[in-house]
Amino acid sequence: MLDVRFSDVRLPSGPGVGYKPQHFNDILKNAFPVQWLEIHAENYMGDGGRPLAQLRHLSERFAISVHGVGLSIGGEGRLDPEHLARLKHLVGWLNPASFSEHLAWSTHDSHFYNDLLPLPYTDATLTRVADHIDAVQDAIGRRMLLENPSSYLAFEESTWSETDFLHELTRRTGCGLLLDVNNVFVSAINLGYSPQGYIDDYPLDMVGEIHLGGHDEDTDDHGAPLLIDSHGCEIVDPVWALLDYTLEKSGPKPLLVEWDTDVPDWQTLAAECTRAQAALAKVPA
Amino acid sequence: MSSTMKTVAIVGAVAASLAAHGTAATAMEKEKCYGVSLAGANDCAAGPGTTCAGSSTVDYQGNAWTLVDAGTCESMDLPAMADGSARMGSLTELDRDLPAS
Amino acid sequence: MTTQSDFEGALLDANKPVPAGLSDGSGRPAGRRYWVYRNNVAVSLGDALGTGFPAISKLVGPQNFKNLAAIFLRQHPPKSPLMMHYGAEFPAFLEGFEPLKHLGYLGDVARIELAMRQSYHAADATAADPTQLQRLGEAELMTCRMTLAPAVHILRSAWPAASIWAFNMVPGSPKPQAKPEDTLITRPEFDPMPHVLPHGAADFLIALAKGATFEDALKVAQSNAADFDLGATLNLALGHGAISDILS
Repeated sequence: MLDVRFSDVRLPSGPGVGYKPQHFNDILKNAFPVQWLEIHAENYMGDGGRPLAQLRHLSERFAISVHGVGLSIGGEGRLDPEHLARLKHLVGWLNPASFSEHLAWSTHDSHFYNDLLPLPYTDATLTRVADHIDAVQDAIGRRMLLENPSSYLAFEESTWSETDFLHELTRRTGCGLLLDVNNVFVSAINLGYSPQGYIDDYPLDMVGEIHLGGHDEDTDDHGAPLLIDSHGCEIVDPVWALLDYTLEKSGPKPLLVEWDTDVPDWQTLAAECTRAQAALAKVPA
Repeated sequence: MSSTMKTVAIVGAVAASLAAHGTAATAMEKEKCYGVSLAGANDCAAGPGTTCAGSSTVDYQGNAWTLVDAGTCESMDLPAMADGSARMGSLTELDRDLPAS
Repeated sequence: MTTQSDFEGALLDANKPVPAGLSDGSGRPAGRRYWVYRNNVAVSLGDALGTGFPAISKLVGPQNFKNLAAIFLRQHPPKSPLMMHYGAEFPAFLEGFEPLKHLGYLGDVARIELAMRQSYHAADATAADPTQLQRLGEAELMTCRMTLAPAVHILRSAWPAASIWAFNMVPGSPKPQAKPEDTLITRPEFDPMPHVLPHGAADFLIALAKGATFEDALKVAQSNAADFDLGATLNLALGHGAISDILS
C-alpha cells in the first residue's frame, strides 16, 4: 500500500459545480453559492490556449477538483503510460484540492469508447483495479477518490457487492471514495435494490466528495424502469431525499452538481447549488 | 532602387504600421471561435435517454447510401470546379514536426 | 465470464447479439440494458464529430452528417482518451466516401475545421514585435529566420476551402469563387481564425517554417508566384501573431 499524502488544499464542505467554459464570466461575476469547481481532466491536457488560461485564472480564486473520465482504471490492460504522464503533469502544476476517477473502463486494445463501461465484481477485477489505483496514486503522488458507477446491467459472475468491493479497494490502496448519490439511485432502481440499503452498507467515512446529477427515464425489455445517467436535467426529489439520508449519516461533505448535456444557464445551475447548500445546512457539522 | 532595397522598404513600412501583440487577460472571456471551444470535450454523462441511436444497424455497402436532407453545398454552385482528379484531395498541411529554425 | 473483448464486441455493431453473462440483476438477460452502452458510445462520438465539424454538417445537411458520422465512428473509434483530438481521419474518410465524391472539397474544409481545433489547444506564444524587423539592416534582414507560432497552420487546397468554410460559418460571407486557395490559421489570443492567403504567401511561410532565411523564402515565393505581395503577406502574418520569433 502506498503512503499517500493529502493535498494541502481541501475541498470545502459546500456546493461545487462541474465547470463549463460558457459559465466563465458568470462565475467570476457572482459564483454564489458555488464555493469550488470541478473540471474533467482530459479537457485540460492540451498544450495551451483558452482552456488552460481560464483554468489558471479560476484556480487562483476557487478550490479545484480534477475529475478524470478517460483513465480506464477498470481496464484489463495496463494503464496508458502517456495518459498517466499527462495526468501527472496536470496535477503537478495545478495542485488541485482533489483528484477522482471512476470504477469503470473505457479503453480496450487501444480503442477509447468515450463511455464509462461496467466491471464484474470478482476477486480478479478487485486485484486489477487495486493495482491500477496504486499506479495512479504512485504517479500523481497523492491519494485519489474512486466513484461508484451508474449500472444498467449486472454481471452474472460477480461475487462481491459493489459496496464491499469499494470498501475493500479503500483498504488495499488507501484511496478515498467519491459517492455519486444519483448513480446509487440509478443503479438501485435499475438492478432492483434499495438505495438506502446501499448507503447503509457503504463506507461513508471514506467519502471525500459527493456527486449529484440529473437522470433520464426509459424502460427495459420487460417494461421495468431503466434510468439513464444523462446529467442533462434537474436533480429529482428522490435523489435529494437520498442525499439527506446520506448526509445525516456522513456529516457535511463537499457536494458537486453535475450537468453535462443540454447545459443550462448559470442561474439554473446556481439554483441547484442553492438546494445543495440547503441540504448541507440541515446537517450538524 | 534595387529590388533588395525595395524589399527592405516594404518590410519597414509594414512593421511600422503594426504594434506588437500581447495576450490580454480579457481575451479569456470573449468567445468568437465558431464553436471550436465546444468541440471535442470529454465528459462523464450518458447519452440522451434513449437506447435507440446506438442500436440502429449501420449497413453501408458501397453505393447503398442515400442523401436524406439538403445542405448548403446545393447553394454554392461549385460543381463547375469538379474538373477531374487533380482537384481531388490535394490539400496538404504544413508539417508541424519540421524544425522551425 | 464476460471479458472486455466480449463486452466491446457488440458495442459498435448492433447486428451482433448482446454478450452472454449479463443480466438485469434479477436473472433475466440484459437485453436492451446493454443497448444503453451502445447508445452512449454512438451518441457521444457522433456528437463529438458534430461539434468538431460544424461546417461539414451544414454543407451536407445535419441528418446526412449524422448518418455519415455513424459510419465513420464505427470505422474509426478514438485511439486516444483526449476527445479534443478525435476525428483526425475524418477528412480522408470524406474524400474516400463514394456517395460524396462529387463534393470534392469536403475533405479540405474538414481539414480547416480540424486545424482550427488543434490551433485552439496549441501552446501559447508571444507574437514577435514587428518593429524588430524595421530595425534590421539590409543584410541582417535577408539572413534572418522566423519561427511560426505553435497555433499556426497553413493548408493548401485545390478548392476555395477557406471561402467555403467562411460561407458556412461567418454570416454575410460571399459565395466562394471557383479557384484554389491557401489558408492561414492564426490564433492572435485564444480564438483561431482562418485567412485566405495571397499568391505565394504559403510558399513564403512554409519555407520560413522549415528554417529558410528571409531571402531564400522570398525567392521561393517569387519563383512560384510572379505577383507575390510581400507587404500583404507580412501584414497578415505579423498582424495576427503568426510569427513568434525573429532570429537575426
